[in-house]
Amino acid sequence: MTLPHSALRAFRWLVPVLLAGLYVSGTARAATPEEAGLRIAVEARERGAGYGNFTARQEMVLRNKLGQESRRQLRIKVLEVEGDGNKSLFVFDEPRDVRGTALLIHAHRNEADDQWLYLPALKRVKRISSSNRSGSFMGSEFAYEDLSTPEVEKFTYRYLRDEPCGDLVCTVTERVPTDRKSGYRRQVVWQDTDELRTWKIEYFDRKDAHLKTLDMDQYEQYLERYWQAGEMTMVNHLTGKSTVLTWSDFEFRTDLDDRDFTKTGLKRAR
Amino acid sequence: MRPRPALARSAIGAAIGLVLAGGVPTRGEGLTHEFSGSLRLESRGYPESAAYLGQRSLTSGFVAEPTLILEDEEGRSFTLTPFFRYDSADTRRTHTDLHEAYLLLFGEMGEGEWEVRLGFDRVFWGVTELNHLVDIVNQTDLVEHPDEEAKLGQLMAHLTWSGDWGVAELFALPWHRERTFPGRHGRLRAALVVDPDLVEYESGAGARHLDVAARYSHSFGPLDLGLSVFHGTSREPVLRPAAFRPILDDSATPILDGDGTPPLAPTALAPYYAQIRQLGLDAQVTADAWLFKLEAIHRSGASSLPSDRYPLGREEDYAAFALGTEYTFYSVFESASDLGLLGEWSYDDRGRRSTNQFQNDVFLGARLAFNDVDGTELVAGLVADTDYSTHSITVEGSRRLSDRWSMRLEAVAFFTVDEADPVFASRRDSFLGLDMVYHF
Repeated sequence: MTLPHSALRAFRWLVPVLLAGLYVSGTARAATPEEAGLRIAVEARERGAGYGNFTARQEMVLRNKLGQESRRQLRIKVLEVEGDGNKSLFVFDEPRDVRGTALLIHAHRNEADDQWLYLPALKRVKRISSSNRSGSFMGSEFAYEDLSTPEVEKFTYRYLRDEPCGDLVCTVTERVPTDRKSGYRRQVVWQDTDELRTWKIEYFDRKDAHLKTLDMDQYEQYLERYWQAGEMTMVNHLTGKSTVLTWSDFEFRTDLDDRDFTKTGLKRAR
Repeated sequence: MRPRPALARSAIGAAIGLVLAGGVPTRGEGLTHEFSGSLRLESRGYPESAAYLGQRSLTSGFVAEPTLILEDEEGRSFTLTPFFRYDSADTRRTHTDLHEAYLLLFGEMGEGEWEVRLGFDRVFWGVTELNHLVDIVNQTDLVEHPDEEAKLGQLMAHLTWSGDWGVAELFALPWHRERTFPGRHGRLRAALVVDPDLVEYESGAGARHLDVAARYSHSFGPLDLGLSVFHGTSREPVLRPAAFRPILDDSATPILDGDGTPPLAPTALAPYYAQIRQLGLDAQVTADAWLFKLEAIHRSGASSLPSDRYPLGREEDYAAFALGTEYTFYSVFESASDLGLLGEWSYDDRGRRSTNQFQNDVFLGARLAFNDVDGTELVAGLVADTDYSTHSITVEGSRRLSDRWSMRLEAVAFFTVDEADPVFASRRDSFLGLDMVYHF
């Protein structure tokens, strides 16, 4: 069957309008707040996809209520995996007593992540449980689940509202972790409507108390497409402690591949 | 790109010269260097009086373990880690070793990759915490700690191929290292001191016998599996009574038997290293917060424990396994702390003829990680021997003091020791240890 010419012309004009409509309705005017929330999450994932791989440095400054500081330094390598969670490798530089310790994570969308730890003093690779989602990462205010990529499948969503945030307009979504091992009952996420960058996350614990707030700042664009926050500040409202995580030395599309994210690669990582 | 070993070696040699000359920038000529390591101040006290003449009750000393790594732009590297310990009580515990001095090369091979490590290195195989049955590449540096976890560097050519199908490794091990043993002034030894000059090998090539080993490992979903084979000189010596001398009385005159001949008694132990073949299996299943672990070996050609009937030990094939589980409770007691509980059972089918001290032992342990800024951790364990009525407890605590300093406290208590148990000689050697570690 062939379509008449006029219909084709109409299509050419219709498709962009439909797509634009999809996006607008995705942020605000979808049938239900749940659908709208999910669409935002899927859209954000699609915008972030295709980076291939990157390497970066992270510095964490941990501050307690009295202002005493402690530092963590690590290097991170991330490999995008099509259709599944990414693979990542963390190597610790500081504190010095854990220097050379490395953590390999194969994240999965629909099942538990695989994790291996390399202990340089014993030259031993240990498979470790990934069910410690809510535990503190290196004594910081970041839990393991705060640092892993928020896979779309691991939450349910509800669009709340649009509101101004600084010079931008942010869409505010609530997401509820589906993993029972999560330390959170829910999270509220602020993303700007221009680029869907996350600017703020409020974390509510299992008793629905406002436990922590994450502020993300100093966004920079890489490969003319991907936005990365340069500074992430997590404040714990119950303890008064905070952790500032600074990212630096981003390099995208390096020569990393699958081979760097194996147990053999883990023993070489440092 | 294909690495060129000869080129890498000469570049690394030049770099060592530059580093020794001093004042080298971290990055130059495409070669980076990294210098790190630790200095430890250690002291140990043995509250009970010694069981044997000459043994000291207090010892202190230090350990230096620096590491230099040179790496070129292709990722090829040379790693150098010498080790030095000084011990104030036991001259045998004062020792040096070359933990690492290896060249590392790797590259792509189809969808997979290859890796070569040449030189002194350490390799760990296995999954359990108490008894490391499968781990056989490196010799135990026993004077370091009775837990047998400290290892000596081993000269090796280590080839690895890996891909979607798993990891295959081949080892050529040309030089056998002898196990270290405490001297006369040291604790945690047998009644007699091991005399390394009396060492004997089954192989005519002695320490120069070329040992070979291979291993295949892979992860199948929640299962991590390793299969290994080793053929060569055993790392575990049989200690045979040796250096027989007449027994002297108080006035240093030999005591004579009824027929006028002086009976002889051993004055030292001679280590004997047999030629063995070992097949090993290690497996771990990781399911949520549970870990299930198995290590099993079959060893042929090994010598069993010397007895009255077989004073030199007897060649005997055997099988042994260690079965264990671990469960971790996260965020316990309304805090950030994690509590891990461990249980392991170690079994050797030679029973009382076993040369392994965990021949039928149950281990129960707990690990409390506070997840605080200082990384505070407490580990406690109980080992109960079910053949002998021997029990021991270990408690260990560690924490960071600053970015560069950390400390470790340890208590090892043998609270009942069976007279028939080979570890009976250590019955009075419960100890308390304190380490201060500086990391650079």
